[in-house]
Amino acid sequence: MFTYTLRRLFFAIPTLLVISFVIFALLDLAPSDPTGDLPLTIPPEVREQIRASLGLDQTFLIRYLKWLQQFFVNEPLNLLESLTGWQFGDGERMRVLSWATRSPVVDLIVQRLPQTLWVVGLAYLFGILIAIPIGVISAYKQYSIFDQVGTFVSMVGYSVPTFFTGIVMIVVFSSYLQWFPSVYDTNLRVTDLDSLWLQVKQMAMPVAVLALYNASQITRFVRASMLDNLNQDYVRTARAKGVKEKAVLLVHVLRNSLIPVVTVVALGVPTIFSGAIITEQIFRVNGLGQLLITAVQGADIPLVQTLTFIFALLIVLFNLIADVLYGILDPRIRYD
Amino acid sequence: MTDASATAPLPGIAPSRSVAGDIWRQFRAHRGGLAGLFVFVFIVLAVYVGPYIHQVAPNTINVRERNQWPSWAHPFGTDNLGKDMLAQVLAGGRISLAVGITAMLLALLLGTLVGVLSGYFRRLDGPLMRMTDLFLALPLLPLLLVILMLFRDTLRSAFGPETGIFILIVFVIGITSWMHTARIVRGDVLAVKSQEFIVAAKSSGMREHRIIIRHVLPNVLSSIMVSATLGIASAIITESALSFLGLGFPSDFPTWGRLLYDGANFMQLTPSRVLWPGLAISLTVLSVNFMGDAIRDALDPRALKR
Repeated sequence: MFTYTLRRLFFAIPTLLVISFVIFALLDLAPSDPTGDLPLTIPPEVREQIRASLGLDQTFLIRYLKWLQQFFVNEPLNLLESLTGWQFGDGERMRVLSWATRSPVVDLIVQRLPQTLWVVGLAYLFGILIAIPIGVISAYKQYSIFDQVGTFVSMVGYSVPTFFTGIVMIVVFSSYLQWFPSVYDTNLRVTDLDSLWLQVKQMAMPVAVLALYNASQITRFVRASMLDNLNQDYVRTARAKGVKEKAVLLVHVLRNSLIPVVTVVALGVPTIFSGAIITEQIFRVNGLGQLLITAVQGADIPLVQTLTFIFALLIVLFNLIADVLYGILDPRIRYD
Repeated sequence: MTDASATAPLPGIAPSRSVAGDIWRQFRAHRGGLAGLFVFVFIVLAVYVGPYIHQVAPNTINVRERNQWPSWAHPFGTDNLGKDMLAQVLAGGRISLAVGITAMLLALLLGTLVGVLSGYFRRLDGPLMRMTDLFLALPLLPLLLVILMLFRDTLRSAFGPETGIFILIVFVIGITSWMHTARIVRGDVLAVKSQEFIVAAKSSGMREHRIIIRHVLPNVLSSIMVSATLGIASAIITESALSFLGLGFPSDFPTWGRLLYDGANFMQLTPSRVLWPGLAISLTVLSVNFMGDAIRDALDPRALKR
């Protein structure tokens, strides 16, 4: 298992390098000029200076290698310095700078991360907590009313896009009933019970929309996996030797059924960060998704490159975690 | 042995028909799938035949009748420029469905090609599957947004505003959604390849490409069909999501996602502007997903026992 993990980690490095190259090349070869939006009255030599200040006077390969160095060496060192207070060298390191704001990209990401983690992470957690009991009951009482309603609702929740459910919720709960605010206020500080209540209220709708979507996806997996296990011989054996039905279901079947579900949940974690772009846009949550959208609209290439690569990094990482978890949880799986 | 294989094709014709009949019977038994089929056929008919019944041009601007609630003249109301919403939803549906189906076909073609090649030819398996894994590790929605932002102006000037965006969107959705099809097809091809009739075909001196077309492809068709239905649903959702983020089609060339995006700013004034396009997307995707479920159940040999 350990050697397998090491081998996978080792293979992840070339994958990530290729991905970073693809992202970098795609953005770089695109026919767009970062100085194209500037006024036409700027003389050509000044324009050249602006391009040089953005680092565009170098060749493609040099820029790619510099970005690699900035992302993989300089930024982690900076992070380590700010976390531990140690000093490496003179502390003067070139960082990945955003073209639009001229501040380090990593600082922008760190500013936006808490909102995304709170809203989208909480929604994912709620989704899992809703999905498991519904999936278990649906599978246990297959073809019952509960199962049919549950399967239908999960199909609807899985098919209806979040940008539609989000808008319907805003129309109903925000403009008609006026229960919740439709815009997320990031400046709200939670200091007492009142502000906590406001925070809960403004988080309710985005979390509900995403939780519904996640829950309906995971429910389908839980149900299918439970159905696979309920017909197994070991279930009959357990019942035959007089194990209580509750124990059969919750100890024997559920534990075995959750093995594939855990990997699905792990594979879904990266979408917490990147998949919520639309929900963040609807409810004006200024998280990572919104940062990406504004960067895309403003053609802020370094920010887009770095954010997209971080998303790719998360996907590769959680793929690996899912595979390793699968091996740990299911002793029948042997990778070595 | 040779006799058996020589006579096999003749009776083989009759069972293949009854297999199709079996599948159709299984499909009909799935109530959701049948309902999905009806809804999908209804939407397709409405979108293509509807304009002959509701003869209002979708792009006629009539500012006097702007922001109207549903009435007999405008069953879905009008938008802020007085354009008729029903005509726009119908016109948008034509584009959304066309994008969904074309993108699905492209993804299917790519996925089947990669899947068959890597399943059938051992030497290609490693590199092609590494490439598939690489594509699966790409963050797709961010990349789609970036590609659209960067290439839309170039393509728009090359092919005109409408065709350029259409080509771009179909292309980017197609090349970013073939991976699951490729994996499924590869698995099926691997299973089919080890069976006797392929060995027989090989030993009879059949060319490789003929074996693939005549013997391998028909046997993996069922899983391709399931991915086709699910592919339409995801392509429609992706296109609407891109349009919803303002990076898809322009508003004078509306799709359901674009109508939803434009209507979102007016949702308090005229809620029907977001309701109908949203319902159209949801119903289409829901019906297609139910159909996909039903086809999968119908083709699943385990289901035949029930």
